[in-house]
Amino acid sequence: MAKLNGDALGKIDEIVARHRNQAGPCIEMLHEVQNELGYIPFEAMEKIAEATGTSVAEVYGVVMFYSQFTTEPKGKHVINVCLGTACYVKGAQQLVDRVEKMTGAAVNKTSADGLFSLDATRCLGACGLAPVCIIDGKVYGNALMGNSFTNELRKIILAERGAKA
Amino acid sequence: MRERITTIEQLNTVKEAEKKYLHLRLQGNIELTDDDQLFNILVCSGTGCTAGESAKLLERLEELVEEHEMEDKVRIIKTGCFGLCQKGPIVAIFPDRVFYTHVKPQDADRIIQEHVIGGNIIRDMQMFDIDKETGGKIYDIEKIGFYEKQHRIALRNCGKINPENIYEYIGVSGYQALYKCLKTMSPQEVIDVVKASGLRGRGGAGFPTGVKWQFEKNQPGHEKYVICNADEGDPGAFMDRSILEGDPHAILEGMAIMAYAVGAHHGYIYIRAEYPIAVSRLRIAIAEAEELGFLGKDIFGSGFDFDLEIRLGAGAFVCGEETALIASIEGKRGMPSPKPPFPAVAGVWGKPTSINNVETIANIAMILRKGAEWYSAIGMGKSKGTKVFALGGKINNTGLVEIPMGTTLREIIYDIGGGCPGGKKFKAVQTGGPSGGCLTEKELDTPITYENLIAAGSMMGSGGMIVLDEDNCMVDVARFYMEFICDESCGKCTPCRVGTKRLLEMLTKITDGEGTMEMLDEMEELCNEIKDTALCGLGQTAPNPILSTLRYFRDEYEAHILEKRCPAHVCKNLLTYSINPTKCRACSICARNCPAEAITGKPGKEVYKIDSTKCIKCGLCLSNCRFGAVERH
Repeated sequence: MAKLNGDALGKIDEIVARHRNQAGPCIEMLHEVQNELGYIPFEAMEKIAEATGTSVAEVYGVVMFYSQFTTEPKGKHVINVCLGTACYVKGAQQLVDRVEKMTGAAVNKTSADGLFSLDATRCLGACGLAPVCIIDGKVYGNALMGNSFTNELRKIILAERGAKA
Repeated sequence: MRERITTIEQLNTVKEAEKKYLHLRLQGNIELTDDDQLFNILVCSGTGCTAGESAKLLERLEELVEEHEMEDKVRIIKTGCFGLCQKGPIVAIFPDRVFYTHVKPQDADRIIQEHVIGGNIIRDMQMFDIDKETGGKIYDIEKIGFYEKQHRIALRNCGKINPENIYEYIGVSGYQALYKCLKTMSPQEVIDVVKASGLRGRGGAGFPTGVKWQFEKNQPGHEKYVICNADEGDPGAFMDRSILEGDPHAILEGMAIMAYAVGAHHGYIYIRAEYPIAVSRLRIAIAEAEELGFLGKDIFGSGFDFDLEIRLGAGAFVCGEETALIASIEGKRGMPSPKPPFPAVAGVWGKPTSINNVETIANIAMILRKGAEWYSAIGMGKSKGTKVFALGGKINNTGLVEIPMGTTLREIIYDIGGGCPGGKKFKAVQTGGPSGGCLTEKELDTPITYENLIAAGSMMGSGGMIVLDEDNCMVDVARFYMEFICDESCGKCTPCRVGTKRLLEMLTKITDGEGTMEMLDEMEELCNEIKDTALCGLGQTAPNPILSTLRYFRDEYEAHILEKRCPAHVCKNLLTYSINPTKCRACSICARNCPAEAITGKPGKEVYKIDSTKCIKCGLCLSNCRFGAVERH
């Protein structure tokens, strides 16, 4: 495992110190670490365990339990496909298959070149726009109709990987 | 620092001052005064409309108002969800009562130039439901079909006030109920009103709210807690999110009243992290309420202290279950624990705790202000008041609807929702999410109450209502829910951990065309066992989607098993795509769009063919072909 740089370790210390005296702070700390670093490194779990007086195994158990926490850095571009019921009955599975094929990233994984992560998310509550996809934070509603979502993704793939997309 | 409000006089002064601005847009309050020179431009800023760039639109409108130096004349108001997500982004203009739909950021200039300055309704922009009687001139928003059958109590302020401005909430009689409780009622009197109102938990189970509060109040000790359950995990339900985004102070006020009634001084709002807009509005609301003295020490000089904290979920459906939610607030894995002890006895940090759902709490201030009799007069039988449903799926007017209990499903789906789009045939409606079931045409005239929905094989649930049409496969829908449950099962008890997995395996075999008739009986038996033996509500209700589809759509299961056919053309392994050579014009659009490069041919010369070994059955060729040449079997 790559070593974390001092900058990241400093940020973790700061977060842990801020929540140390709060009741039941573990999840709050994990949220902030992930917001800051994009994922939760092992070192953060060690520091949180120490501050909260539990074992690293217990903190790891919390990280593994919640689907939003990840212990691996995400790809450069993150594509979320909503798999809520409204999106699903309007064809979200077809979108997942399409993105998988286009980017080479399996569901909830990152492509081998580290460029794309494909996340199947729980209901985003934008059911009026179903099916919904998000590329790097920008929301595409009715993503199966027309080509705006597919074209955008194609454009990014072309820009990143060159000719063959 | 703004002035703290400690007396009813101060509260009323603010209310009167705000009324001047609010009267333009509040129902039945249209008195023309000097203020009719004013314009209120309401821009929906719920999640749906924000995804449609309504934030940019809002920004542009504000810029233009500043450019034209019209700040004293035009108020741009950021509101919560109007409920009409399908037509978003939505802009409503008062006093003209014009309701523009599908508004883009670049339309801002026209709205200001032509409508506000020019005084003309922009006819070529999309508007909602042109009212034929008035020739499409001026609409009464409350009277358009979508709202006519609704009765908005929990959603009363959504889409009407700015959720980030506490004064607007005070202007619509906000925090008056809290004052009344703290200064004129004993905690027991508050509980008695809630009991008499007949309000039941809107999270799905329908437990009487007043009774729950009484349990906690009766517990000894001074350290007690209240929790607002905003972990709206049911996919397809978004009413809690909309209330939090559109009217966060109603939740704060409701929670303060609840805390006073049960004797708590600290509260948590547990909200899922998937709702960033709601979280940020809640944070703003809490800061404003603390500043004005509605939260914190000695509220209204009554000696009552109450503070609130937000806790974020991290993506675990089971955390909507109250004991799991408590574990998660404590920073642990969100696993449920056996009841008893109930949270009212031993909840968060082992202390007495009441947990209520967002929608339940949104009703509290209104009930205390208007009285138990007013509330209990609405509804039917043992189900009093209203219920909010998130209408989604194959329906024309996707969005939020709040109806009195006792309304029929048909009224919701056809009169409010406008039926299935594209002339497709209605097949079923799914209520209650992964814990509920599917109801068919035959049950559409059932009045909605907690009891009726359970008798029909579904449940109220939190209020997701997904409409399915002839293109949806019921076996696939059951499989979808089971996959969700398998993913979300916490693994603590065996029936849920292993049982749901076995169910999913059987369903997958059936949708893959490898099912047997024996599986149907096995599934049914296993479903009933899981129902009886699982530890928490998640497991106990998990088999419902299978049981209800088996009950109403057994023929579809049989078609998959006996004929290896998916009647709705959804289950991929039972489908093939091909191109009809007599219809193909060799335009190449299918091949260009195929992500699998499975289609070959020569543009303009040779008709195209699909290589079934490469085809991933995504259906892109079918949706792109302009000549109807792609066929699905």
